[in-house]
Amino acid sequence: MNVYLDNSSTTRAYKECAELVADVMYNSFGNPSSLHRKGIEAEKLIKTAKEQFAETIKASANEIYFTSGGTESDNLAIIGACRASRGKHIISTSIEHPAVLNTLQHLEKRGYIVDLLPVSKSGIIDVSKVEKLLRKDTALISCMYVNNEIGSIQPVEKIAKIIKSENPSTVFHIDAVQAYGKIPFSVSSTGADMISFSGHKIHGPKGVGALYVKNKTKLSPIIFGGGQQNNVRPGTENVPGIAAFGLAAKLCNTDFMEKTAKMEMLRNRLRDGIMGQLDDVVVNTPGQNSAPHILNMSFGFVKSEVLLHSLENDGIYVSSGSACSSHKKGPSYVLTAIGSDKKMIDGSIRFSLSEFNTVEEIDYTIDKVTEHVKKIRKLLKR
Amino acid sequence: MQKIDLILLKYGEIALKGLNKPLFEGKLLNNIKSRLEKIGKFSVRKAQSTVYVEPLEDGLDMEEAVESLTQVFGIVNICPVRKCEKDMDSIAKTAIECIGDMRTTEKTFKVEAKREDKKFPLNSPQICMELGGMILDGIEDISVDVHKPDITVNVEIRQEAFVYTRKIRGAGGMPVGTNGKSTILLSGGIDSPVAGFMIAKRGVELEAVHFHSHPYTSDRAKEKVIDLAKQMSKYCGKIRLHVVPFTKIQLDIIEKCPENYLTVIMRRLMMRIAEKISYREGSAALITGESIGQVASQTMESLVCTDNAVSVPVFRPCIGMDKEEIVAISKKIGTYETSILPYEDCCTIFVPKHPKTKPQLNEIIEAEKALGDIEAALDEAIADEEILVIK
Repeated sequence: MNVYLDNSSTTRAYKECAELVADVMYNSFGNPSSLHRKGIEAEKLIKTAKEQFAETIKASANEIYFTSGGTESDNLAIIGACRASRGKHIISTSIEHPAVLNTLQHLEKRGYIVDLLPVSKSGIIDVSKVEKLLRKDTALISCMYVNNEIGSIQPVEKIAKIIKSENPSTVFHIDAVQAYGKIPFSVSSTGADMISFSGHKIHGPKGVGALYVKNKTKLSPIIFGGGQQNNVRPGTENVPGIAAFGLAAKLCNTDFMEKTAKMEMLRNRLRDGIMGQLDDVVVNTPGQNSAPHILNMSFGFVKSEVLLHSLENDGIYVSSGSACSSHKKGPSYVLTAIGSDKKMIDGSIRFSLSEFNTVEEIDYTIDKVTEHVKKIRKLLKR
Repeated sequence: MQKIDLILLKYGEIALKGLNKPLFEGKLLNNIKSRLEKIGKFSVRKAQSTVYVEPLEDGLDMEEAVESLTQVFGIVNICPVRKCEKDMDSIAKTAIECIGDMRTTEKTFKVEAKREDKKFPLNSPQICMELGGMILDGIEDISVDVHKPDITVNVEIRQEAFVYTRKIRGAGGMPVGTNGKSTILLSGGIDSPVAGFMIAKRGVELEAVHFHSHPYTSDRAKEKVIDLAKQMSKYCGKIRLHVVPFTKIQLDIIEKCPENYLTVIMRRLMMRIAEKISYREGSAALITGESIGQVASQTMESLVCTDNAVSVPVFRPCIGMDKEEIVAISKKIGTYETSILPYEDCCTIFVPKHPKTKPQLNEIIEAEKALGDIEAALDEAIADEEILVIK
């Protein structure tokens, strides 16, 4: 059996999206800026995608900019807002994605002052601290909606309220890459000025994302070119990717409540199943205020990478919440931030579900996790 | 950029071989040919202890050819050469162009001439003087310095006249394939590719063995070893890489042997598997990247225990080198960047907490008895090996 439980890394594209990409690449290949028929055809595809996507977050189409993905959206939002502002102060959180943290570090080296909010044991920031940190010259607050490693949901609407009452000139950016398609929200419910999205986390293509920019938000471009997308994000548009992203947005929001309820039910089944079988397991994903698709667990006396490869041999694909991904070494900073024990971090695994997982897959996974953890512990608990 | 008509290759040590010289030269020519195949069609021939590499097609990247020839063992010097008519005017014109093409801040030069064709009217010293004068006339702001010249203009009068100003150091050593075959144990670390390189340099063909412990090591670790072998093969020629599944044996050791002996016993069994493969493949010795005292399993006592496991000779060319010296070579041969990728060390779960640094051979042999008849397990692992031909 093949069980893909690494959907927070990336998802398998909807078949319709994959077919649309090929069709647009081959048939509607025009440059959307061209004046002839072929150009207009391509331009229309982008317009449709924009409308499809905007509708799902109750934004207007002219507030959507397409980018190369979540990382670029975060970069554009953060760097662009700071360049457009006189303020030199930024507030964010200690558990942001590297696309945000490393962008902030870049700005810090160039004279900005960055304050990172700590998180509680359940991986949620303390909103009252925002009030204390907010300054007159705070240009930007950037906060993720759902944490990618543990799935905790941040109280973004409360942050938005504080900004509105204390310093309305501060721009509020949300990274909603892991939230979109998993928890219900609209741009107005979040109160954000800018929101980042990614295509390949919602069964769309890689290499495409979006940034919602509320009308009248001041934003400078970070790349320069031929004036496309109001010059906010110039460059010939990735028409096949954008078209498929629009379609993916529409598809993943169809029967939204049923799909997310099913994910949550399966996620809880997996958690309770494993907890019922094994001792020395810690659930890092908070029981409340968490996205329905992420389950992060630490297995005592287990090295997560060994468990990962053991599961791989049985066709189950997961992420090791720690140690070395192919790019970085060292324990997870998110798990460290929520106060996890170093030894437990070594044994942490992230399961992330999609609408396509089934009860059979989850039960199979519970069996295999139990079997392998017991086997590995026999070797390590000497 | 200098124009290159052909490349002359000089070899050192081989020229001294007696009756075996044609054998060495033949291998060298073959190795050069197979290396150049990827770049294009070349004629490769030898005359008077020099190899002539001439392009047979237009537009071949001669600088790339030079670069790849620096990775062929057995070549001492590589001279990218311009050829011209055998008269002093043509020679001078070519020499002046050569200097012009390469010159940046160089201010002095000298001429060195070699006359193989004794019918040429001027002898070597006369060529030097005559050509020196013509260069001084032809180029402004340049002067002669016969002791420490910035540029040495070489002229060789053979069937044609050859002019060159660059002499690039080759990889040295002996042509791969002239000194039999050895088996390198490739771990994925920094040391083993260097060890393999050093032995291959002496003309030895390589067979490689890698032990794979999935799921305890990732498939990326295996990919990494394949990448390393690919980089090594630029120097060492074709390498047959044997990937041997080792998980079962490893688990067996962990279950049955005392923890602090794990590493030494594991290494002994790895050596035995490599020896068996070695016999089968007609390879005469094993090569490891061990260096005395680098880690617990490479202390003098541990080495004695590992060495005792096999009867074939084990070559350890890094044995007396410091880590920095090994790193310097790995950077030079281009394996360093791959070696330091983190996959290998991810799962050090099999490293005992307190490894024995001074294991006694008799104790180890005693401890190994717990494994029972291990021979069958070793053969089973070999039967499941995956063989990749890397070139």
